[in-house]
Amino acid sequence: MSQHAEPTATGGGRAPSLKVTRRAAIQAAASAMAFARATPSSAQQAAAPAATIEEKITIRLVVNGQARTLSIDPRQSILDVLRETLDLTGTKKGCNAGACGACTILLNGQRINSCLALAVMHDGAEITTIEGLAKGDDLHPLQQAFIDREGFQCGYCTPGQIMSGVACISEGHTGSPDEIKAWMSGNICRCGAYAGIVEAISEVAKEG
Amino acid sequence: MVPFSLQKAAGVADAISAGAAGGRYIAGGTTLVDLMREEVEQPGRLIDINALPLKRIHVEGDDLVIGALVTMSECAAHSDVRRLQPVISESLLEGASPQLRNLATMGGNLLQRTRCPYFRMRDAGCNKRTPNSGCSAIDGHHGNHALLGTSSHCLATHASDVAVALVALDATMHVLGPNGERSFPVEDLFRLPGTTPHLEHTLLPGELIISIHVPVGTHARKARYLKVRDRSSYEFAVVSAAAAIDIEKDVIRSVRIACGGVGTKPWRMRDTEKALIGRPADRASFEQAARLSLNGAQPRAGNAFKMELMPATIVRALELARDVA
Repeated sequence: MSQHAEPTATGGGRAPSLKVTRRAAIQAAASAMAFARATPSSAQQAAAPAATIEEKITIRLVVNGQARTLSIDPRQSILDVLRETLDLTGTKKGCNAGACGACTILLNGQRINSCLALAVMHDGAEITTIEGLAKGDDLHPLQQAFIDREGFQCGYCTPGQIMSGVACISEGHTGSPDEIKAWMSGNICRCGAYAGIVEAISEVAKEG
Repeated sequence: MVPFSLQKAAGVADAISAGAAGGRYIAGGTTLVDLMREEVEQPGRLIDINALPLKRIHVEGDDLVIGALVTMSECAAHSDVRRLQPVISESLLEGASPQLRNLATMGGNLLQRTRCPYFRMRDAGCNKRTPNSGCSAIDGHHGNHALLGTSSHCLATHASDVAVALVALDATMHVLGPNGERSFPVEDLFRLPGTTPHLEHTLLPGELIISIHVPVGTHARKARYLKVRDRSSYEFAVVSAAAAIDIEKDVIRSVRIACGGVGTKPWRMRDTEKALIGRPADRASFEQAARLSLNGAQPRAGNAFKMELMPATIVRALELARDVA
């Protein structure tokens, strides 16, 4: 499950390193677990078509404007592909069940919970993640507004909040604080930074 | 997640033959992927139906026709839905979150599995998940469970909001299967749990939902969906009610009411409807008729509060529908 991305000339922004990082260790552990789970052992797996076990499928995605060809396990969500295969760890895994919104991304321009979308079902899709919002060192206006309005505390839900907020603004659901709250209800913040989040979205929506 | 194969259906016939051979349809996947990850669902073969031409909303004769693969977001925002059956739009926007509504489809919404916590808790008994393993809700936490249509085997509610509106509006399902096409009321899609709560719907093997047809009548204009829940958004109903009312000179000519959160399927309130015909559209009539919603209700310790909340929700939904300008 680790690196199946096509190598790019620039290394896709991933600095080569000989040191074993915490992240690499976690990825290795995750791969080992996936392998263990994919090894036929139970009656259930014996009943499944044999050709599917451990079979990788090739898909193409355009992620933050960059075309990627990926070899993936059909069980991988878009979230897992982003984090584990493409090393785009800005998108967070919260509940992994569609309840918290931390994994929100734009899929073909629409906000979705990337934890509930199997990547294999979205061959050819265009994806925008939190890493794709800034232009170089210039933050997206909503990223800046989250800083200015203190729209976060611990920051874990923030990428999902910002991606959802970008969509909320483009959908035009920002007529009032109550409307913003209703249309941002799919993003939970355990620190309770909601007041700043609503202000930030409202401010950017007004600036157009 | 247990390994599976995935086949992309190129056409409806292609999908149905794969479905008849034992494949499981997947569209938005918001319920199925979640339950597969929990290994509550373990399909060996998935049929991705997203390429099928079932994404259209149009008006056909006296019906509003909604394709099975229209997403909840698209349906809620569609101009024909908002103009002809605004209560469908209202009920959709009261359900799930914007992110989920962008993935989830109308057909999938109707076939979503229950949100009873024991259903997804694999170490708890649940006859719906594992036949004959018992029902942990009966002696456990069942504050959000059903009063109507329950059995000693299952108390779980159906979680959909829009299904409540569709049942109230006499919508019909159009399905296609190996033996051809058939249509039936949305209300008849859902089975009562009885002794077989694991059997939830009446679709035959391989049958695929093609579209939902909603008749557009005089009741459509004055219709509302009221959802009572533990927080004001992104939460399942404790009790909900869809009410559509046709009033002439302050007297009720026809009325349709269905409730969510109280039944093992979306529950049509026909006794209440009958009692309201020819009555003045005032609070006294609504309160008297709403008591009839309790006919057949079997409260348990944890959900007895719904015996008050359900009629109160119906009364308020009727008032909201009556007051639509």
